[in-house]
Amino acid sequence: MQKQEVLEKIAFNVIQGRVEAEDEGFDEGLEGRPAVTELTEEALTQGVHPKSIVLEGLTKAMDVVGEKFEEEEYLIPDMLASAECVGAAMDILIPHLLKAGVESKGKFIISTVAGDLHDIGKNIVAIMLKGGGYEVIDLGADVPTERIVEAVRQHQAAFLGLSALLTTTMRVMGEVIEKLKEEGLRNNVKVLIGGAPTSSEFAKEIGADSYCKNAFEAIDVLKTMAA
Amino acid sequence: MTKSYREGILVKPYERLNRDQVKWLHEASLSILADPGIWCYNERAAKLFKAHGAKIWEEESGSPCWRVRFPAGLIKQAVAKAPARVVLGARNPENRLLLDAEVPRVYFGSGSEANIWIETEMEDFVSVREGDVTVRVPRFTELRGNTALLSRAARLCDKLEHLDFFIRPLNIQDPEITPENHDVNKFFASLSNTAKHVQAGLTKVESLKGVVRMAELIAGGSQALRENPVISFIACVFKSPLQIVDDTAEKVFAIVEAGLPLVISSSPQGGSSAPIQEAGMVAQINAEILAGITLTQLIREGAPVLYGSVPVRARLDDLHDLYGCPEFNQYNIDCVQLARCYKIPCYSTAGVGDAKVPGMQAAFEKLFTHLYMTMSGAQYIHYAFGLLDRTNSFCPVQAVLDNEQIGKIKHCLRQPKVGPSVVEDMLKTVKKVMSSSYRLYARHVRKAMHAGDVSRPYRFEAKGLEDKVLEKALDYMAKLEAGQAPCLDPSTVDQIFKETPGLLPGLRQSAKQDK
Repeated sequence: MQKQEVLEKIAFNVIQGRVEAEDEGFDEGLEGRPAVTELTEEALTQGVHPKSIVLEGLTKAMDVVGEKFEEEEYLIPDMLASAECVGAAMDILIPHLLKAGVESKGKFIISTVAGDLHDIGKNIVAIMLKGGGYEVIDLGADVPTERIVEAVRQHQAAFLGLSALLTTTMRVMGEVIEKLKEEGLRNNVKVLIGGAPTSSEFAKEIGADSYCKNAFEAIDVLKTMAA
Repeated sequence: MTKSYREGILVKPYERLNRDQVKWLHEASLSILADPGIWCYNERAAKLFKAHGAKIWEEESGSPCWRVRFPAGLIKQAVAKAPARVVLGARNPENRLLLDAEVPRVYFGSGSEANIWIETEMEDFVSVREGDVTVRVPRFTELRGNTALLSRAARLCDKLEHLDFFIRPLNIQDPEITPENHDVNKFFASLSNTAKHVQAGLTKVESLKGVVRMAELIAGGSQALRENPVISFIACVFKSPLQIVDDTAEKVFAIVEAGLPLVISSSPQGGSSAPIQEAGMVAQINAEILAGITLTQLIREGAPVLYGSVPVRARLDDLHDLYGCPEFNQYNIDCVQLARCYKIPCYSTAGVGDAKVPGMQAAFEKLFTHLYMTMSGAQYIHYAFGLLDRTNSFCPVQAVLDNEQIGKIKHCLRQPKVGPSVVEDMLKTVKKVMSSSYRLYARHVRKAMHAGDVSRPYRFEAKGLEDKVLEKALDYMAKLEAGQAPCLDPSTVDQIFKETPGLLPGLRQSAKQDK
């Protein structure tokens, strides 16, 4: 397979949302054929530069997926499937990118705050951000404030995403921000919040940098923030 | 001829009567037909009943009238001869309907013959309290039904995906319309604007010949029409309680002799022309329908006929019909069960209410009967689209809203997709997701989603603190109406006009303009 052909196949399979050969795609009859994971490995074996795979295979495909979503041809499950493809490819590519001196778009720590077990929204944001080229460190759900702050310190993360679904746990987001201040970390990290009961007003009230309504808004907000 | 039919929705029927209760109602109907019997104002029908063993005598009344008492055996034998399967044809053969009394596959269509068309427009209004705040509000205008509006209704209904058949929802009241040309214009306006099945009542029996000839020209000949009956008829032969109407009986004779499908419909009102209690209402309407079906089978054995049950309840404040009420569903479901017991396809009713305009009341009343009657498994549900103010108004945007509602109900009641291979696939998915980092099923929705297995949100939803249902439905209706109408071939139109006196010239122009 030629270099250009393998990159086109990667892009095609990202659009189809196929991580592995056994996955079905948007179109019929793709099961069993090489998907993003297999094709990324093959591209590296062929000596394709990892940055070319990111730019010409993954990023280009995600732009198409974004357009299809805008046109309502694709819905959230399609976007997630494509983002998962990019995430799986990035897992393979990151060591190669680091070796080649290419950095990610930044470390993004994401967590549902203490007392709150809801993680679906947080997971969707994590998948989309990973697909968007961020190095996502997912701490999980019901994470104590101290652990979140410690992770920010340890990873020197540029971004922190906090999620809460309950009106009783959203206030913990404010506690995390206060703790970041106490520890002298607040100026080093941009804090994004999200979750059903939260809002732009609430973000301002607790001193967060931004409120994101959904994963797509998170990506747009991050584009405006320098890492 | 392609042997394809519209899909409808196959349901698992909800039944409220147990086997004994069905039997008691059936026996009660036979008992009514034996004593007091029926009052028959048509001599030919009375004599036909007599020739087959009914006891008749002339009543003393202002009009010629015969009392008819039926032996149970006569009714049972005649009803057993009615076919269990009736095919209703269509200009587009893919729109044919197969009504099988033993298969609870439900089809939906329009109905009534309302005098009023309700036009809806959105208009901006400024808040009295805050001058810079405007809201969009629907304004409704009443128009008298005419041939142009009936044509428009047929075109719109042709585009509504969940509407399976077209019963003229509007009465045509153009100044040029007379009792003599009413039927030909009504059928032509319908047939030239929809490729779905067309059904209506006859205003005058004398019009039948012209209407049938028109349908033959469209279907491709006399034999082709009988094989693919693009039209069928409704005859309300009974005036409740228990009286056979003279001129409608003549229409029954003529339609059955013409070999075209017919609905024997009865619509008693519980509380005035029938008992309000479920048992009494259902026993009486069933007696009326059985006697009507008996008439069809005595005229011609095996005549295609539908069991047409439209039992309604009286409002007790004004004695008008009350449709969106619990008793309506009870009466109607019982009738569906009886029709199933007789193995005759059931023409039933849903989607009517007291609301005068589209809105929350209309949505409640319609959903209440749309859902319940679909669950009953009636083969043919009329009145389901666009009716308001009971059956007095037809509102096109309401038909669009009803289409959305019926689509959701069909999705809700469809057969469960549960089987060994599906279960095996699901188990694989569970294992796969649980071994992934995020344990999220979202991406595994895709196959079902793109196959149309996953329902979409309500089509006319608004995003903010506002109700935009009507505004969005009007926009959607405009898109549907902008589509091409399924016009007749111009040479067929020419031939129909050549052979059919009384057709309004305007219908010819509009039939050709859209080609």
